[in-house]
Amino acid sequence: MNFARRFASSLVAIVAALAVAIGLMLLVDAPPFEALKLLVEGSVGSDVKIADTFMAWAPLVLTSTGLIVTFAAGLWNIGVEGQVMAGAIAASWVARTVDGPVWLLIVLTMLAGMIGGALWALLAGVLKVYGRVNEIFGGLGLTFVAQALITYLVIGPWKRPGVASTSGTEPFPEHAWLPTLPGLRISLVAVGVALVAVIIIYFMLRGTRFGLRLKAVGKNSRSAYLLGIPTTRYMLAAFAIGGALAGLAGTIQATGFLHRLVPAVSGGYGYLGILVALLANSSTIWVPPVSFFFAMISVGSTQLQLRLNLDSSLGGVLQGVLVLFTLLAQGWQSRRIAREAAEASAAPPVKLVES
Amino acid sequence: MRRMKGWSRPALIIAVLALVAAACGGGGGTTTTAAPGTTAGPGTTAAPATTAAEPLVFGMILVGPQNDRGWSQAHFEAGKYIEDKLGAQMIVIDKVNPADRPGTSVEQVVDDMLAQGAQLIFATSDDMKDGIENAAKQHPDVPMIWSSGDSAWKEGKAYAGLDNLGNIMGKMIYGKMMAGCAAGLTSETGSIGYLGPLINDETRRLASSAYLGAKYCWENYRGKNPDDLKFEVSWIGFWFNIPGVTSDPTVVANNFFDGGADVVISGIDTTEALVVAGQRAASGEQVWAVPYDFHDACNEAPDICLGVPYFNWGPPYLETAKSVVDGTFTATWQWLAPDWNDINNFDTSPVGFVEGPGLSAENKAQLDTFIAGLASGSINLFTGPLNYQDGSVFLKDGETATDQQIWYMPQLLEGMLGASSSE
Repeated sequence: MNFARRFASSLVAIVAALAVAIGLMLLVDAPPFEALKLLVEGSVGSDVKIADTFMAWAPLVLTSTGLIVTFAAGLWNIGVEGQVMAGAIAASWVARTVDGPVWLLIVLTMLAGMIGGALWALLAGVLKVYGRVNEIFGGLGLTFVAQALITYLVIGPWKRPGVASTSGTEPFPEHAWLPTLPGLRISLVAVGVALVAVIIIYFMLRGTRFGLRLKAVGKNSRSAYLLGIPTTRYMLAAFAIGGALAGLAGTIQATGFLHRLVPAVSGGYGYLGILVALLANSSTIWVPPVSFFFAMISVGSTQLQLRLNLDSSLGGVLQGVLVLFTLLAQGWQSRRIAREAAEASAAPPVKLVES
Repeated sequence: MRRMKGWSRPALIIAVLALVAAACGGGGGTTTTAAPGTTAGPGTTAAPATTAAEPLVFGMILVGPQNDRGWSQAHFEAGKYIEDKLGAQMIVIDKVNPADRPGTSVEQVVDDMLAQGAQLIFATSDDMKDGIENAAKQHPDVPMIWSSGDSAWKEGKAYAGLDNLGNIMGKMIYGKMMAGCAAGLTSETGSIGYLGPLINDETRRLASSAYLGAKYCWENYRGKNPDDLKFEVSWIGFWFNIPGVTSDPTVVANNFFDGGADVVISGIDTTEALVVAGQRAASGEQVWAVPYDFHDACNEAPDICLGVPYFNWGPPYLETAKSVVDGTFTATWQWLAPDWNDINNFDTSPVGFVEGPGLSAENKAQLDTFIAGLASGSINLFTGPLNYQDGSVFLKDGETATDQQIWYMPQLLEGMLGASSSE
């Protein structure tokens, strides 16, 4: 019955989100169902489109999965965006300097990306644990620093000869590109890495001593500490894992999609990952499908302009409205549960949103 | 129960989305069953080969917003021009750059346009070089144009050898000379700011042209000493403002005025310099601006607008479109001078200059003399002696520059302030 109630509230959220989206389209005189159809066609309507959607999916899955680890530890790691950039910088450095066979470059760029992202996240972690800087502010600040660092590299030491433009670096040598399937822009390595990350994190959080203790830290770090869990170390570990996954996302963006370093290398997947993690309600297993849906909107929304002359930021509006209504429904639901629980027994009310 | 909660919500989301997807057309796009209201739906399956009777379909890829009152809008209107003249159909997408569309590459856009039946693609930004060259390699049978580029110039430094990728660019050096002249004639303080985009061959060439025009008119029409003319270039880092990445052009323009400049010449895609000058003039300052790219660009602050050098891409793009229809397209590098009989003839001149209401009658007459001199060839500003910024010789006394020398200037000119390259 609880399930039925949840079903109802989720349904309300989705219908409301769609209604708002449709209303918006009607406001701008756009045919809403045609637009939705184009979103679907433009993202999964052909082999090429499916491949493109998966190339947006892979980095999004990685950032979202990383966020689930930090969320499990009770950390609002809002600085993922900067960790993606840091990973991309490190990977770009390898791609620009190391010569060697493709497989070696894949391994080295990915390792570099993971290290870069992990270090950037650890900075936020150290600021939180030792400097008492809230990770939200530390993370956001470090994102600005990472952005400035990329811009500096692109227009300074890594500039194209004779050019000073924030557009981006020279393309990497081709041996540093992630290999793609013939005729498509998809890299199986990228998709595989994302899948492996999901599987590892799923089992880590579910079945390992580390994962359970991490969740204990997240639920109540004071009690966890009293029970003998070294909470500081666990928090830093969560930052490092989340950052490493974000750094991998940055690597894939740089070596698999853009083939160069650009200021917008993160693709916004850090921020989008936060929405995915919220919608997936911190459940690892739901990250791949929810990410796929978001990737569909991102890739498919180009069609809105190409075919309907609509501004394709409408896709972003749809993503945002959906998350907003889902969160509203969640909040409303847990509020009702809390009230009913309080009425039924004298038990203390459940917290509205569990961190 | 906790777990149920975690599972059920996303499950529902997916389920409902699947329903939605199913409701709007089987979710595939390959079937064209009785979906009401949709007439044509070839999706991404190959469009039927167009016969000669069908109108030309062409793709227009813009780097900025199609209504930016600058570079991108000039291209958009050229597309409209082809539609009018040829009964062709344009597929347009704007804001194709990594900051605005991080998940979209030029190659993807070209694929989409071809799937919609495009037979000709215009990639209209310097920034699209890598993307359009890749796309041209992937689709060797589709004619494409990379505007402002040099990939099809056999004598150039970046010849790509692609038979289907041509280049078109107007000789904006003349437009910039007129812009510089208008500034040099008008400036009271003798200090002119040039709001530059990023630094490359094109922007060094155009900033230098503006300087040459300013210096010429300052010296010859006003009889002043060129050493008293301050001409400073400040680069923002890209063709338009990207918050957090480029310098803010509004701030840069204000800095120019704060630093004593009373005319700012814009070299970027958008109109910040004019807007800032308009605001400051409204508060009583004596300042002016020269926007860029688009023939109606003065409209945002006409009273202080000295004029605008603009691109009129319509005629050369129309020629290209016709050649595709005729089957005579060849990939050439075109660097097109204004139609000197009437630089503002919309059907013939690829580059023009609209004089603005901010220009005094006296200065207007002198600017017209200057333009006539450029037209007749009696004024050639790329004539030596000219030195580069570091003092090395660009052109010896009496030497006139070749196209290569002008196109590929490695530095700004002596007498200009500002960076010639990075750092």
